[in-house]
Amino acid sequence: MIADVAAPAPHALPQRRMGRRALWLVVLLAALAVVAVASVAVGARTVGWDDIWNGLRGMTDSVSAASVSKRVPRTLLAMIVGAALAVAGATLQGAMRNPLGDPQLLGVTGGASLAIVVGIAFFGLSTATGYIWVGMLGAAIAAAFVYAIGSLGRGGPTPLRLALAGAVIAVAFSSLMSAILLPRIDVMSVFRFWQVGGVGGATPQSILQVLPFLIVGFLICLLSSPALNSLALGDELAAGLGTRVRTARLVSSFGAVILCGAATAVAGPIGFVGLVVPHVCRLLVGVDHRWLLPFSAVTGAVLLTAADVIGRVVARPQEIEVGIVTAILGAPFFIAIVRRQKVRAL
Amino acid sequence: MTALVPTETLELVARARHRRARRWWTVTGVLLLAVGAIYVLSLMLGDTFYSPAEIWGVITGHQVAGASFTVGELRLPRATTGLLAGLCFGMGGVVFQSLLRNALASPDVIGITSGASAAAVFCIVVLGLSQTAVSFIATVAALAAALLIYLLAYKDGGSGPRLILIGIGVAAIFDSVISYIVSRAAEWDLPAAMRWLTGSLNDASWDRILPLAIAVLVLMPLLLGMGRDLELLRLGDHTASALGVPVERRRILLIVTAVGLLAFATAAAGPIAFVAFLSGPIAVRVLGPVGSPILPAGLVGALLVLIADFAGQHAFGTRLPVGVITGVLGAPYLVYLLIRSNRSQGTTL
Repeated sequence: MIADVAAPAPHALPQRRMGRRALWLVVLLAALAVVAVASVAVGARTVGWDDIWNGLRGMTDSVSAASVSKRVPRTLLAMIVGAALAVAGATLQGAMRNPLGDPQLLGVTGGASLAIVVGIAFFGLSTATGYIWVGMLGAAIAAAFVYAIGSLGRGGPTPLRLALAGAVIAVAFSSLMSAILLPRIDVMSVFRFWQVGGVGGATPQSILQVLPFLIVGFLICLLSSPALNSLALGDELAAGLGTRVRTARLVSSFGAVILCGAATAVAGPIGFVGLVVPHVCRLLVGVDHRWLLPFSAVTGAVLLTAADVIGRVVARPQEIEVGIVTAILGAPFFIAIVRRQKVRAL
Repeated sequence: MTALVPTETLELVARARHRRARRWWTVTGVLLLAVGAIYVLSLMLGDTFYSPAEIWGVITGHQVAGASFTVGELRLPRATTGLLAGLCFGMGGVVFQSLLRNALASPDVIGITSGASAAAVFCIVVLGLSQTAVSFIATVAALAAALLIYLLAYKDGGSGPRLILIGIGVAAIFDSVISYIVSRAAEWDLPAAMRWLTGSLNDASWDRILPLAIAVLVLMPLLLGMGRDLELLRLGDHTASALGVPVERRRILLIVTAVGLLAFATAAAGPIAFVAFLSGPIAVRVLGPVGSPILPAGLVGALLVLIADFAGQHAFGTRLPVGVITGVLGAPYLVYLLIRSNRSQGTTL
């Protein structure tokens, strides 16, 4: 009798949780489909179903069908960049145990930008693959730098220290970038569009070039998710459970750096996706990184595509770059997190 | 009736106080001399050299061949803007750092100069307003930004760290607005628009100086008059109010005055990176724990801007705006400051 009652209990909870996760996954995938269709259909020119169908088959006879065939790579790029940034954010938040982890706030995208500018200005960098490698290098250096500054001294890296270190590094990087750019008006006028962060210049080639890097980064993050779960228990406990704390932190951050370096190289610095998405996903599916990372990827894709559509719609026929939309949507969210959190004194 | 305190102790206190006052005056005097010297040097040196006599001729309104234009229309407005803006940034910065008791809580990190800058760039690029209107709107916007950050951070009482983090978030919004407007600006507007990202003295002119000069003349004595109260506020609210400072009223007045100075300087020269951040800590370092750091910090700010602008114009192959130089030079010092304040678990200047 007792066994009858007690036996189902351990399984009931995971099953219910699995059901909830599956439900949310369906909802998110449906949302992704909706925003993808919207992103292809909506823009400066509104197109009908026939045009979409023709554009997708590569028949670009009418203007509408041609604009559809331009919007398709753009939508794909928004999806993969959004997914990459969200996974990078979730991984950084887990690895640094910092709720304010975001590639842009931590100065990582700033590092990628600076490295790319240096590459363009001094080393004649011009290929997309070159941008990606150099962007990843810059992102890695910036991440190491911010983490080192933020974690010096007693008490280790608190959210406040890391955020301040990131803000300071970002200002310094942008000054260096201006110093390099200002004498070169030609580079600057190209760069200023890249600087605000947008997916408008997407081509099938640029997507194919960045995709391998994103897949590698995503796999590294996903494989390190069990280690991230143990890190969440605290360094001592994680070590006690057999996780190599230092290695786990290094490897997972490396994956995140690949993701946001490559994403920044192809789409410019886009902030707050990596901050907002993991927090939302934690509410939906809990704190298990094995679930959190894939969910973040899908939600990030939804968010960035939606932000891109919003940017195209609100100021028609002009466009607002997606980086600006995410900053304006994401910063209030950041403030809400800060208000909820008990911030430790510096 | 004999004194309760032995006269030797009284004498000791009096002598120490005397020594501190003397140190304050010495440091301030030296800084003042240095600022004056750099100011005159930046008028004299350049592509052509002009003697002090020629410059004096220009200032007193005589026609001097060549110098009347080069000094009167180019170097003098430029150096004056730098001087005034540096004063404003230095003083405004140290007020915020003292009130929040954190060297890292300077107005350029917590979004107040970003607010002024976003308003100014909107007024100039989109609305095409005159300089005076821009200055006032920038001030209003900076005050609104300060109020917004304060209200958002206020929850069961204010908290310094929370205010700083929320300021960083608010700054991100303003920065994205600025870069959006700059990305829409016409190609020939670009160098001018870049001023709103880094700060520059490149197109300083007399009509731009006028609002700034009036702001300095009105607000600076007000701020200096509150220097003692600011020192007491640094001891903590309870101590300050026990010593007779009307805490809330004085704090609001200090913030409004500092924001006014910062906003007028930003409207005239753009958000010159890190000057507000660096001046206070440098001044306190030089000064030691004596007297009010407001005026010394202002002088350090002016010194930083003038030197950085001079270096930006002449030390490199191309002419770089002052904000780029202060940003690049300031970064290492800032990193050092961050490390040091982390190590001492510490907070203050």
